Amino acid sequence: MTYWRVPLDLDQVEIPHGNIQIIVNQCKGCGFCVEYCPQNVLAMSTDFNRKGYHYPNIIKQDLCVNCNLCEIICPEFAIFVIEDKPRHPNPGDILKGGGNHGS
Amino acid sequence: MNKTATGFTKKLDIPTPKEKLRHPMDRYLRTERFPHIWCATCGIGTILTAFISGLEKSGLEQEKVAVVSGIGCSGRAAGYLRLDSFHTTHGRAIPFATGLALGNPELKVVVISGDGDLVAIGGNHFIHAARRNIDLTIICINNFNYAMTGGQAGPTTPIEANASTAPYGCYEFPFNLPYLAESSGAVYVARWTSLHIRRLAKSITEALLKPGFSFIEVICPCSTLYARRNRLGTGLDLMRFYHDNALIKHGADTREIDIHYQDRIVVGKFIDKDKPTFLQKRDKFLRGKLGDKFVPYKGPQPI
Ligand SMILES: Cc1ncc(C[n+]2csc(CCOP(=O)(O)OP(=O)(O)O)c2C)c(N)n1
Ligand code: SF4
Ligand code: SF4
Ligand code: SF4
Ligand SMILES: [Mg+2]
Repeated sequence: MTYWRVPLDLDQVEIPHGNIQIIVNQCKGCGFCVEYCPQNVLAMSTDFNRKGYHYPNIIKQDLCVNCNLCEIICPEFAIFVIEDKPRHPNPGDILKGGGNHGS
Repeated sequence: MNKTATGFTKKLDIPTPKEKLRHPMDRYLRTERFPHIWCATCGIGTILTAFISGLEKSGLEQEKVAVVSGIGCSGRAAGYLRLDSFHTTHGRAIPFATGLALGNPELKVVVISGDGDLVAIGGNHFIHAARRNIDLTIICINNFNYAMTGGQAGPTTPIEANASTAPYGCYEFPFNLPYLAESSGAVYVARWTSLHIRRLAKSITEALLKPGFSFIEVICPCSTLYARRNRLGTGLDLMRFYHDNALIKHGADTREIDIHYQDRIVVGKFIDKDKPTFLQKRDKFLRGKLGDKFVPYKGPQPI
């Protein structure tokens, strides 16, 4: 989740969060999940799984917003997310240059 | 360390999960039949996922839903679902499903099959089930060719597209499936691509809850045959193509939404209307003619 300014109700903002699970050896490396994750949480591995395909690696687990998109776009039933406790935004979520006054 | 063909050594880092992870959709799947047959980057698996999410949202009981498929890559869908499902002969999914729906009106009967299966060899069944407004949901996976048998041209292959039986490109006029479905009598008609998973899942829920003949066409990448023969890249490249070229136009006139080779694809919900189903019409009609002498069939009864 990125904000272009510090939200006024920062203390109340809660960002949904998910725990990504990958069934590595069921993946056929199509890349759909990597391409369409809105948060760019995933990246293709350089390693191979047992079938000889590259599979997704989780590179930014913190940013997963539990939107389930990877889960429903995967043609192999190889990735899913488990809902986790929502988190509060941290400074990394605010775009650089953003300020209190929404410049 | 393993020696590779090029002589370099590379550590084969094959991860082994400690425990078997259970996918939340596993309860709808015959996982004992996995891995499924679909090629890497084929879109059929994604459509199956959308079907399961649409089915979950519909609130229908798993025991009250049956899925029927014909033959083809798409036709494998029924066999992977942990529902009452049947894999019929080529083109005969709709007649089998019609029998199921009429014999047991309590069931919601869904047909998931390919373009070749449903509108080539099975085309006659398609138009007549729509005409009679049989209570069926038809999900047609359109990958623009007969994929399973080697990429031959079929009734939906766009003009100019290369196929194994059209090496210089296809020159036949293809069907415009939403128009065919609407003019044959369907009460619900939509078209999506395998990229529009959420909208597709929503359409599937609506279609499942709609009495009568509902039809959803899903444009789907066939990476191994259609995409390869036409040098369109992988299934992911076709997903990107859908992203850039699909135009959402709910309520569009179905006469104007033909698909041309690698051109814009109009998607959306085009038709959603009410009309008595075959069984509703029959019961009302015969009650009008026969009065109390008419005994409507109530489905299988306990003996
Ligand atoms: C009676 C009969 N004729 C022909 C075939 C060969 N056949 C198997 S699958 C298929 C075409 C399937 O095309 P489609 O329904 O579009 O499915 P796809 O494989 O493209 O998903 C054909 C012609 C058959 N199995 N039975
Ligand atoms: S749930 Fe959404 S945000 Fe999280 S990894 Fe999947 S697609 Fe990305
Ligand atoms: S969508 Fe599924 S099969 Fe494709 S790369 Fe991601 S996990 Fe693998
Ligand atoms: S041949 Fe085409 S339609 Fe059949 S599984 Fe492979 S990619 Fe999918
Ligand atoms: Mg086909």
